[in-house]
Amino acid sequence: MVELGNFSPEERAAQEERLRKVWKTPGGWRYWTSVNNSEIGLWYGVTAFAFMLFAGALALLMRAQLATPNNDLVSAELYNQAFTLHGTVMMFLFAVPIFEAVAIFLLPSMLGARELPFPRLSAFGFWSFLLGGIFVCGSIFFNAAPNAGWFMYPPLATDKEYAGIGADIWLLGLSFIEVASIAAAVEIIVGIMKCRAPGMRINMMPMFAWYLLIVAGMILFAFPPLIAGDILFEMERMFDWPFFDVTRGGDPLLWQHLFWIFGHPEVYIIFLPAIALMAMIVPTFSQRPIVGYSWIVLAAVGTGFLSFGLWVHHMFTTGLPQISLAFFSAASEAVAIPTGVQIFVFIATMLAGRVIFSLPMLFGAGGLAIFIIGGLTGVMVALAPFDWQAHDTYFIVAHLHYVLIGGMFFPIVAGIYYYFPFVTGKKLSDAWGKVAFWLMFVGFNVAFFPMHFSGLRGMPRRVFTYPEHFGWDLFNLLSTIGAFIFAAGVLTFVIDIFRPKPEPETRNLNPWNAGTLEWTNDPSEDWGMRSVPIITSRYPLWEQENLQADIEAGRYYLPDAKSGKRETLVTSVLDAEPIQCLRVGGVSYVPMISALALGGVFIALTYHWWIPTILCAVITFIAILWWLWTGTAQIPETEEVDVGLGKTLPVYVSGPASVGWWAMFITMVGDGTAFASLIFGYFFYWTVHDDFTAGATGPGAFWPMVALVLFVTAWLLTIAARALNEKGPAGCRIALGAGILVTIAACLAGLAGPYVHGMDPTSNVYPATVWVIALWTVVHGAVGIVMQAYSLARSFAGRMTAEYDQDIRNVTLYWHFMAFTAVVTFAVLGLFPMVSA
Amino acid sequence: MKSFIPREVESLWTLFTAPTVWAIHFVGCYAAVAVYCAKAATLDLSFETVRLALGGFTIVALAVIVLSAYLAWRQWSFGVQDPPHDEPTRDGRTLFQGYATLLLSGLSFVAVVYAAIPLLFIAECQR
Repeated sequence: MVELGNFSPEERAAQEERLRKVWKTPGGWRYWTSVNNSEIGLWYGVTAFAFMLFAGALALLMRAQLATPNNDLVSAELYNQAFTLHGTVMMFLFAVPIFEAVAIFLLPSMLGARELPFPRLSAFGFWSFLLGGIFVCGSIFFNAAPNAGWFMYPPLATDKEYAGIGADIWLLGLSFIEVASIAAAVEIIVGIMKCRAPGMRINMMPMFAWYLLIVAGMILFAFPPLIAGDILFEMERMFDWPFFDVTRGGDPLLWQHLFWIFGHPEVYIIFLPAIALMAMIVPTFSQRPIVGYSWIVLAAVGTGFLSFGLWVHHMFTTGLPQISLAFFSAASEAVAIPTGVQIFVFIATMLAGRVIFSLPMLFGAGGLAIFIIGGLTGVMVALAPFDWQAHDTYFIVAHLHYVLIGGMFFPIVAGIYYYFPFVTGKKLSDAWGKVAFWLMFVGFNVAFFPMHFSGLRGMPRRVFTYPEHFGWDLFNLLSTIGAFIFAAGVLTFVIDIFRPKPEPETRNLNPWNAGTLEWTNDPSEDWGMRSVPIITSRYPLWEQENLQADIEAGRYYLPDAKSGKRETLVTSVLDAEPIQCLRVGGVSYVPMISALALGGVFIALTYHWWIPTILCAVITFIAILWWLWTGTAQIPETEEVDVGLGKTLPVYVSGPASVGWWAMFITMVGDGTAFASLIFGYFFYWTVHDDFTAGATGPGAFWPMVALVLFVTAWLLTIAARALNEKGPAGCRIALGAGILVTIAACLAGLAGPYVHGMDPTSNVYPATVWVIALWTVVHGAVGIVMQAYSLARSFAGRMTAEYDQDIRNVTLYWHFMAFTAVVTFAVLGLFPMVSA
Repeated sequence: MKSFIPREVESLWTLFTAPTVWAIHFVGCYAAVAVYCAKAATLDLSFETVRLALGGFTIVALAVIVLSAYLAWRQWSFGVQDPPHDEPTRDGRTLFQGYATLLLSGLSFVAVVYAAIPLLFIAECQR
């Protein structure tokens, strides 16, 4: 057992003074340069919530239009824009970002860290999200919103006559936001794996962390296929490359595949964090540990995997072979097992404990009841023959809202009630909350239950009006009335959040008597944990005596900030043994500037303003380089620091032990998934045509093989540079210089194949596919060149040495993925046409 | 004789073995019938052969899952100790990993069986 620290009141006051200074949030307008997780989490959450209210208002507009038959309140065009934007905003700008917000806000406190490992990356994600969100939402005020449904099916959405600039706004605006989501995934995975308090082994992690770990992993595999799809789509809209144009060999079904490989896991990416909140709330109000901790892990991991085997159930009516449909139908039924497990775990916990009925429980229980109804209709529509009847009717609208509002919205509201005191130190009102709950619960059911019937009576989705006497009138009127009651409930909740509340008479950090670590934090301080405790229980506040007092007295790790830098502990993955004292980024403009400039690239691209596009791209490039140069892999003034309790830890760590290496690894896994999606596209076109080259000449075998060999050579040179660096800078610099030259040659050779053979990407889908895959690899090659040059410059600047070699190690890791990408690309492009012929 | 059963490893990744087998089996079955049904005219293969091959693939997948379940059971000390495995020790953590992996193997086994059912009942590339 470690002896805890003991400090005199004067020492403690001095420590607190230093900590306060280091973690201080700047005042005035510089407040917005803050990168602290509590600020970013809050901004993120409030912004996502505001977007939700906006999308909700659009829903009310639609319901008002549909209240009576033959209504002419809004035009068909405005209606189309409203439902497209409603779905898009709810999914991309509310449901996913709000959980990122909650995760960024809560995770450090839950895990016992001062901060997540990449605070500036979180800030970058937030500013990207804000700008992209405003861009997408604002479009409706210029009658320019996307109008082809939130899934943007071609050929409707590729038709420039029908879907004007709106489709580009959707594609580019959302691609930009997807970047933010992947950034959040990197932050969350590395945070959970490496930044837990000492002793918090993986069997001790809060349930929330388990769920978020799985969800962030899912983002890595779900979002990149959509990014790949967006690239194909935008190439068609911008440059007439015919990926989805049937007359030139394209196929709209590829978009549906890529969209739903993203879209279905997305449902669980939304659902699991909400359930994670319930997994924190239910034990607190049952006043006992959760029953079946391992079963929750089973449910989270199982759902995470199975959710990737469901995407075709959105495509049951597209004429795929029935045996294919049956596979997806089977997986859709199988996912009910882990989903059911988590609900039974909650029920068992409540039965085994003594339940305190409170507002978070009320919203949670109400949400579960709604979700179960949605789950049951889900089992129905997972059966292909039933789906053939219900597809594209209001039955589906009812199903998806029961699932999402019950499974996500109600638990989020429950979470806000539960964590409001954690954020502000004050509770929300019980009386207002009950009114809000009943308005929302009753309103929801009045609005959405009748949609099952209007759907079964054949009412299609996405129609702006309908004739009378089809038996739909009454159901629609009821739905509209219910929607407004529901909205009144949401409004009550919002007013309760913003109305002024009296200061509590006594300071109580843990008003619900919860057992998890986050409730030790004082919301009035910026430092998060006063000292980083040693954890020996899943519910440390219930089971570790004196924990709160010892943390506040600074008796654990990192009680001080003598270095004047923001520090947090890094621990090992399985057993959470301290291995590094990590210095994280502080207040900075650079994330904001990078995000705004990158946003400029996407916005300028939408309007085909090429010069501003290039200008913004250059600013982004410089800003990111500046960010890396000044903020990462800094050589510390001392090798080791005293973290308290008689322990000293290294400040600088490189290779797989470092957080930066993991971030690169995770990013490249996501990047690899996007690449795999493009390769999937290549073979998809091969299956749909008898001769997929349509008689066109391919890139030949010669140039692709030259490119392959050159890329592999460049990869070996990079590995050599890393190895030589350990012996001194000279060899490393030569290897890097040679690597740059070889990579330039490799990129040119990569483009030579399609260029020399005169492949015209607008003539047919085959040359277009070859070009897009070759370009993907060459662009990655260009990034590889930048990285090699960066390492070279760092070496010359004395910022990368034999001992401090994070840069070259991370670059080498990138190059492993680069080599894999190049080998697959050029083997497929060069050799497959010969094999298939 | 050297045992073919792998030794115990210290890793988080073993947790995902069985679901990964499910994923490979699922994608394999889907890709096989998708390619077969698209290219049936040019291939010298009957649908029966594809079904039989995928049936064999299913048995292999189930066998790997059973092996993963056995390893998990061993990591869980053959079930001598009961959950919740919340002890703050390396043993507690290992037992938890074993138990959770065993549960996931069970789920993956059922999910693979589910995915194989269509192979029993559907005999052609009907659209």
